[in-house]
Amino acid sequence: MSGGHSTYTPTTGIGRWIDARMPLPRLMHDSFISYPTPRNLNYAYTFGGILSIMLVVQILTGVVLAMHYTASTLLAFDSVEKIMRDVNSGWLLRYLHSNGASMFFFAVFIHIFRGLYYGSYKAPRELLWILGCIILLLMMAAGFMGYVLPWGQMSFWGATVITGFFTAIPLAGEWVQQLLLGGFAVDNPTLNRFFSLHYLIPFMIAGVVVLHIWALHVTGQTNPTGIEVKSKTDTIPFTPYATVKDALGMVVFFLLFAYFVFYLPNFLGHPDNYIVANPLKTPAHIVPEWYFLPFYAILRAITFNIGPIDSKLGGVLAMFGAIAVLFFVPWLDTSKVRSAVYRPWYKLFFWLFVVDSILLGWLGSRPAEPPYVVMAQLATLYYFGFFLVIMPVLGLIETPRRLPNSITEAVLAKNHGSAAAHPAGAAAAPETKA
Amino acid sequence: MKKILSGLAALCLGATMATAALAQEEAHNEANPTHFPIHRPAELDWSFAGPLGRYDKGQLQRGLKVYKEVCSACHSLRLVSFRNLEDLGYSAEQVRALAAEYEVTDGPNADGEMFTRAALPSDHFPSPYPNDEAASAANNGAAPPDLSLMAKARTVERGFPRFVFDVFTQYAEGGPDYIHALLTGYEETPPEGMEVAEGTHYNPYFIAGKSLAMPQPISADQVTYEDGSPQTIDQYSRDVSAFLMWAAEPHLDERKMIGFRVIIFLMLFIGLLWMTKRKVWAGVAH
Repeated sequence: MSGGHSTYTPTTGIGRWIDARMPLPRLMHDSFISYPTPRNLNYAYTFGGILSIMLVVQILTGVVLAMHYTASTLLAFDSVEKIMRDVNSGWLLRYLHSNGASMFFFAVFIHIFRGLYYGSYKAPRELLWILGCIILLLMMAAGFMGYVLPWGQMSFWGATVITGFFTAIPLAGEWVQQLLLGGFAVDNPTLNRFFSLHYLIPFMIAGVVVLHIWALHVTGQTNPTGIEVKSKTDTIPFTPYATVKDALGMVVFFLLFAYFVFYLPNFLGHPDNYIVANPLKTPAHIVPEWYFLPFYAILRAITFNIGPIDSKLGGVLAMFGAIAVLFFVPWLDTSKVRSAVYRPWYKLFFWLFVVDSILLGWLGSRPAEPPYVVMAQLATLYYFGFFLVIMPVLGLIETPRRLPNSITEAVLAKNHGSAAAHPAGAAAAPETKA
Repeated sequence: MKKILSGLAALCLGATMATAALAQEEAHNEANPTHFPIHRPAELDWSFAGPLGRYDKGQLQRGLKVYKEVCSACHSLRLVSFRNLEDLGYSAEQVRALAAEYEVTDGPNADGEMFTRAALPSDHFPSPYPNDEAASAANNGAAPPDLSLMAKARTVERGFPRFVFDVFTQYAEGGPDYIHALLTGYEETPPEGMEVAEGTHYNPYFIAGKSLAMPQPISADQVTYEDGSPQTIDQYSRDVSAFLMWAAEPHLDERKMIGFRVIIFLMLFIGLLWMTKRKVWAGVAH
C-alpha cells in the first residue's frame, strides 16, 4: 500500500535538490500526508498515535530528570526529593514522568485490546503484531527498572521479588539473577545498571516503533470491518482526515493525563515508595505497579506443583507464558473472519477476556489468601483458555455474520441506516450547535 | 441472541463485582484482629482538597508550632529547610530568626575541628538524635520515623469499589486523614480479651497493628495558640496533619493552580479540535 501512492512533488529548488539525494521529505509526505487510511476508522485506532506521543513525553521528561537524579543507594531517594522540592518545575517533570508511565501502559492495553477485537494480527500483519509484542516486553522492562530508581521501599522490595523469579530457572537461575543484580542482593550495582538500562530501553523502543510503523505502512491499517482496502473509495488521505482525528484523540487523552498529574499524582503509586529503601524491613504486602498486577496475579495463582515443575517455577512460567502466548495469537486464531463485529460468539468471549484481565489486575493487589487465590486460579484459567482453547476452536465452529463486500459498502449501509432512523434535521443539528 | 449474550456477560460481570466487594468484608474477631487498621480513618474537610484547594497558611503556622513544641522532641523533618517556611507566610527576617533558634553542627574549620553554630535559612531542620542508632536506643528499639514525607507515605487502603469513586471525587487526602485519626485515636480502650504488648499503646487507627510504640503524644492546652483556635487534641491533630502535608508536598498550591489552567486550556482546545474535525469530515461518510 505504501508503494505507488507517492504524490510528492517538490516545488522549490532546494526541495528538488534534497529529493534527488535523500528523499526524507518524500518519506514524511508519503507517510503522514498522502498515506491512504481506511475511511471507517474509529477512535480506538487513535491509540497508536497517542502511544507515539507518550513515548516522546517520557523520553523528554526522562532526559531532564536524569540531569538531576543520582544513581547511588545513598543519594537516589534524596535526589528525587530534591527534584520534587528544589528543581524548577521538578515536581511537574517527575509527576509527568511517573504518571506518564501509567498512561503509557493504559494506552498500550487499549491498543492491544483493539488489536484483539478487530483481528489486527491476522495475515498479512503477523510481524506487525509480533513487533508490537516486543515493544510491550521492552516497556515492561523499562517500567520495572524505572520504578526501582526512586529507591523507596517498594522499589527495593519489588526489585528483590522480581529478580528472585529468575532463580526458578533450572541450572542457570542463580547465575542469571546475580548478573541482573550485579551481586547477591539488590544494592548499589543493581541501581546503577537499572539506571543505565532504563535510559537505554526507551531508545530501543523507539527503534522497534520505527519497524512497527514501517510494517504498518507496508500492509496498511486494518479497520473495524476487517475487510482489506479494495478500491480508492475505501480510503482517504492521512492529512487532513486522520491527522485531525488523531489530534483530537491525543488531546482528549492529555486531559486524562493532566487530571492525574495535577490532581491525583500519587493515586497510581504506592505510599511505601515515599519511605526510603530499607533492606532490613520487609513491607507487609509487596505489590508491583498497577500495570503488572494481572501478571503478578497469574504468577501467584500457581500454588501447586505440576509433575517435576514446582509451584515457584510454574508460577514464573505462567507469568512469562501470559505474555509469550501473545506472540502466537496470529496462528492461534483459526477464524477466516477478521473482525469481532461479524463474530457474535468471539465478541462475547472477548469482552469476558477484558473483564477477566481487569479482575486479574485487582486480584494481583490482594494478599495471597482465600478467597483470592481460588479466584485468581479461575481467572488465570480463563486467561489461557481464551488464547489456547477458545481462539482455535471458535474459529472452526462459529458461524460468522454476513460480511459486506467492501469498506465503502459497509460505510454506506451504516449511513443509510442512520439516515433512515433520524430525520434529516437531526443529523444537521450538531453542526449548527457547534 | 445478542440480548441473551450481553445479558449473560452482564450477569458474569455483576457476579464478579459482588464477589470482589464481599471478599473484602472480613469476619471481625474483636479481641484478635488480623487486618489493620481496626477502624477506618474519618474523611475530614481539608482546605487543600479538591481542584481549587489551597493550604491555609494560618493552619500551617499552627501546625509548625505543634511540630516544634511537641513532635520535634523525637521526630526529624530532615527534607525541609528553614527557607521553605516562607511558604507559610513568614518574612525572610522571621525565617532567619526562627532558624537561629536551632543549633547545627558545621565544619571542619581551619583547625580541623567540628563546631556548632546557629542555623541559617539554608539549613534543614536538625534531627533530635545524632543518628538512627541513638534514636532507636532512646526509644526502646523503635526509632521515631522522619516526618518529611509522612503525609504521603501512609494511606489506609481504600479497597474496592471505593478506590474507583476516589478518581472522580479526587480523594487524595488519605495521608493527613490517617495522621489525624492516629493522633486522636488513643482515647479508646482496647476491647475485652485483647492483649497489648508491653511498652506499646493501643490505637485502633494504627496502620500496622493493634498498638504502637508511640504513646499519646499531645494533650489539650499543651501548645498555646495565639489566633484563638481551640486548643484541643482534635485541632492540634488537624493542624499538624495539614503542616505535614505541606512538608511532604510543598508545591501543592502551585500544582493545583497550574492544573486548573491546563485543564481549562485542554477543554477549549478539545472543543476547537472537535469542531475542526467535524468540518473536515463533514463531506466524508465514515
